Amino acid sequence: MALTHDAPRADLGAFLKPRGDGRSSLDLLVPDVRCAGCMSKIEREIQALSGVVSARLNLTHKRLTVEFAGASGDAAGVVTALARLGYPATPYDPGQAQAALDRDGRRLVLALAVAGFGVMNTMMFSVPIWAGLFGQELGPATRTVMMWFSGAVGAPCALYAGMPFFRSAWRSLKARRANMDVPISIGVILTLAISFSETILGGRDAYFDAAVSLLFLLLIGRWLEHRLRARASSAAADLLALQAPTATVLAADDTLSARPLADVRPGDRLLLRPGERVPVDSRVLSGTSELDNSLLTGETAPVMVGIAGVCHAGALNLSGTLRVVAMARSEDSAIAAIARLVESGAQSKSRYVRLADKAAAIYVPVVHTIALLTFAGGWALGLGPREALIRAVAVLIVTCPCALGLAVPAVQITASSRLFRRGVLVKSGAALERLAEVDHVVFDKTGVLTLGRPRLIDPMARTLAMAAPLARASRHPLACAIAEAAGSGPLAAEVTEQPGQGVEGVIDGRRARLGRAAFLGVASAGSETELWFGYEGDIRIRFHFADSLRADAAATVAELIAHGCEVEVLSGDLEGPVNRAADAVGISARRAGCTPQDKADRIDDLTRAGRKVLMVGDGLNDAGAMAKAHAAMAPGTALEASQNAADLVFSGEHLGSVVMALDVARSARRRALENFGFAALYNALAAPAAILGLVNPFVAAIAMSGSSLVVTLNALRTGARR
Amino acid sequence: MNIVMFLAPFSLALGLVALAAFWWTLRAGQYDDPAGDAARILADDPADRPKT
Repeated sequence: MALTHDAPRADLGAFLKPRGDGRSSLDLLVPDVRCAGCMSKIEREIQALSGVVSARLNLTHKRLTVEFAGASGDAAGVVTALARLGYPATPYDPGQAQAALDRDGRRLVLALAVAGFGVMNTMMFSVPIWAGLFGQELGPATRTVMMWFSGAVGAPCALYAGMPFFRSAWRSLKARRANMDVPISIGVILTLAISFSETILGGRDAYFDAAVSLLFLLLIGRWLEHRLRARASSAAADLLALQAPTATVLAADDTLSARPLADVRPGDRLLLRPGERVPVDSRVLSGTSELDNSLLTGETAPVMVGIAGVCHAGALNLSGTLRVVAMARSEDSAIAAIARLVESGAQSKSRYVRLADKAAAIYVPVVHTIALLTFAGGWALGLGPREALIRAVAVLIVTCPCALGLAVPAVQITASSRLFRRGVLVKSGAALERLAEVDHVVFDKTGVLTLGRPRLIDPMARTLAMAAPLARASRHPLACAIAEAAGSGPLAAEVTEQPGQGVEGVIDGRRARLGRAAFLGVASAGSETELWFGYEGDIRIRFHFADSLRADAAATVAELIAHGCEVEVLSGDLEGPVNRAADAVGISARRAGCTPQDKADRIDDLTRAGRKVLMVGDGLNDAGAMAKAHAAMAPGTALEASQNAADLVFSGEHLGSVVMALDVARSARRRALENFGFAALYNALAAPAAILGLVNPFVAAIAMSGSSLVVTLNALRTGARR
Repeated sequence: MNIVMFLAPFSLALGLVALAAFWWTLRAGQYDDPAGDAARILADDPADRPKT
C-alpha cells in the first residue's frame, strides 16, 4: 500500500462560533507574526477571501479573529491562506476561564482608576489642611469646609475602590478565617467613620486621603498579581493550543473533519497520520504503524501496532496512517489513574501557606491588639474616649499593610517577567515561593535529560549521502534524523512508503530501500534503535540512533549540586539507557523501570523524609509525581497533563533554565523577606509615634507612600544579576 | 473664599470627565492590543486598516 502524506484538507467547522447577528467568527492563534508588515499583509489577504467580513489581528497576543458573513464559513480556507502566506495557524478556543479573568482585570483597573482619581482630588483639599497644621493661617470654618469637600470626594471613591477587599474579607469571614483583607477592610471603614465624626465635631484630623491612598497602593499590588496570573494562563493556553487541539474525525462517507478533543465520543472513527499524536484511547481499524510511547511510559523504543491494536492517548504515530475507532472520551483516556494521582497531589499543594499569608497571620493580631490597647490605655490614662479613638485609628493607618500588600506581588511580577523573557513560564506566584525552598531535584530521563528524539550516532559522510535522498522523502523520525544530519540535497524518485517497514525509491536510476532490518532482508540482533539502507542487490548499511542528551545536561546537574541540591533520576525506561544517561550527566542516584505509581511513591518517600522536591518531567507517567512534588517543571514539549501539573514550563533546548529559575526564585524569596523586614522595622517606628499622638494626617500620608516606594524599588532588584 | 466654592467643584468636574474618558477607553478595548496599535499607525494605506 503506497501512501502520500499530502492528506486532504480537514473541515474546521467545529471551531466556528455563531454570533447573535447571524454571523460567525473564528479565533486563530498565529504564533509567527512579529511586525506591522505581517499584520497588514495578513489582514489584507484574509479580508480578500470570499465570505469574510473582517479580520483583525491582535499583535500583542498573536491572535486573529475572523468574522464570516454567514452562520458558516470556510475556516479551513483561512488556515490554508495563512499557511500560503507563511504563517501556520491553529484554531483556538478562548474559553470561559480566560473571559472571566479578563472581566476581573477590567474591574480591578477601574477600581484602580477611581482610587487614583480619589487620591488626587482628596489631596487637593488635604494640602490646605496640612498647611494649616504648620501654623499657616487657616480658620476653623475653612478647615471644616475643606474636610467636608475631602470627605465628599474621598468616601465614595474609597467605598468603590475598596469593594474587591470588602468582598474578599466577607468571603473569608464567612469561612471563619481571617485573610489580609479583613484588617484592610476594618482599617478603611474605621478610618472613614472617624474622619466623618471628626469633621462633624469640627475636629482637627481627617484621614480621607489616607484611606483612599491606602487602597490605591494596595490595588497596585492586586493588579500586579492579576497581571502575573493572566499572562501565565494565556501563555499556557497558547502552548497547549499549539500542541494537539484537534482530532481528525472520519464521517460515514469518509469525509474528514477536525474536531476539538473534548467533542470526540467513543465510537467515532478517527484518522491518524504519521507525526500526529493519538488523541484519545482507541483501537486500530486498519493500517499498521509504529507508536512512540516515550511521553507515556518513558520507553524510547517504538512499538508496532496492527489491526485491533490498542493506541493510548498521547502516543506519537511514527510511520503509517492509521484508521482507529475511539474507545474513550478525552477526559477518560488511559489517564484516569494518573488524573487521580494528580488530584491528590494538587490537594497537598493547596495546603501550602503563602509567604504573605504567613506574614498576615503574625501581623493582624499584633496590630489589632496594639490599636485596642492604645484605645483602652489612652482612655484609662485620661485622654478621653475621642482622643483615644483617634490615636487607635492612627495606629491602624500608619501600620497599614500597604507595604505588606505590595511586598510579595511586586517581587513576583519582577521575577516572573525576568524568567518569561528567558523562556520560562511561571504559572503562579505560589509556584515561585515553593521553588525557592527546593533542596532535592528529581529528573525524568526521556525528554528532560535527553532531547526526546533520536539522533544519528557516528555517521559516515559517504553512507549518509547515499541514504539521504530516500530519508528526505519520509516523515519517520529516524529518517528525519538522517536527513537532518545530511543537510539539504536531492530527493529520490518514485518514493513509496510501507507503513511500519520503510521507504523505497529510485536514486540515480537504482532502486533502494531504507527501513527496518526485515524490510531489507537482514536479520538484526540488536535491540537498539536502528535503520538499514541498501541498493537493490547490494550490501546493506546499518545506521544506529540514540536519544541524545541535552547539551548542557551535565553542566546543569553540576550547578544544581553546587546550589546544595541532591539530584536523582527516575525513569520508566530500561536499565541500560537510564544508566548510560545518568553516568553521562554525573548523577549517581537512579531508578529505572518506574511505573507512574513508583515515581509518585518515591516523591512521597522523599517528602516524608523532609525533602523539598522539584520534579522535572515531561510525560504522562511523570504527571502524578509532578503533582505530588513540592514544585514541578516541564519542558514546552511535554504533554498537556504534565504541563498542567507543572508550576513552571520552560521552552528551548537548555536544561540550564532549571538552574536559572531556581536562582531567580531564591532571589525573589530573599527580596520578599527583606521587604517584610523593612515593613516590620517601619511599623516598629511608626506605631509608637501614633500611640504617643505624634502622627497627623500629613505624616501618615508621607510615611505610607514612602514605605510602599521603598518596597517596590527593592523588588526591582530581583534576579537582576544574571 | 467664594471663588474656591466655585473652582473646587469645577476642578472636580474636570477630574470626573477624565475618569469617564478612561472608563470609556477601557470599555472600548483600547488596551487589548498595545503592540498592534503601535504598529497600525505605521500602515499608511487606509485600505490596510481593518474594515469595521
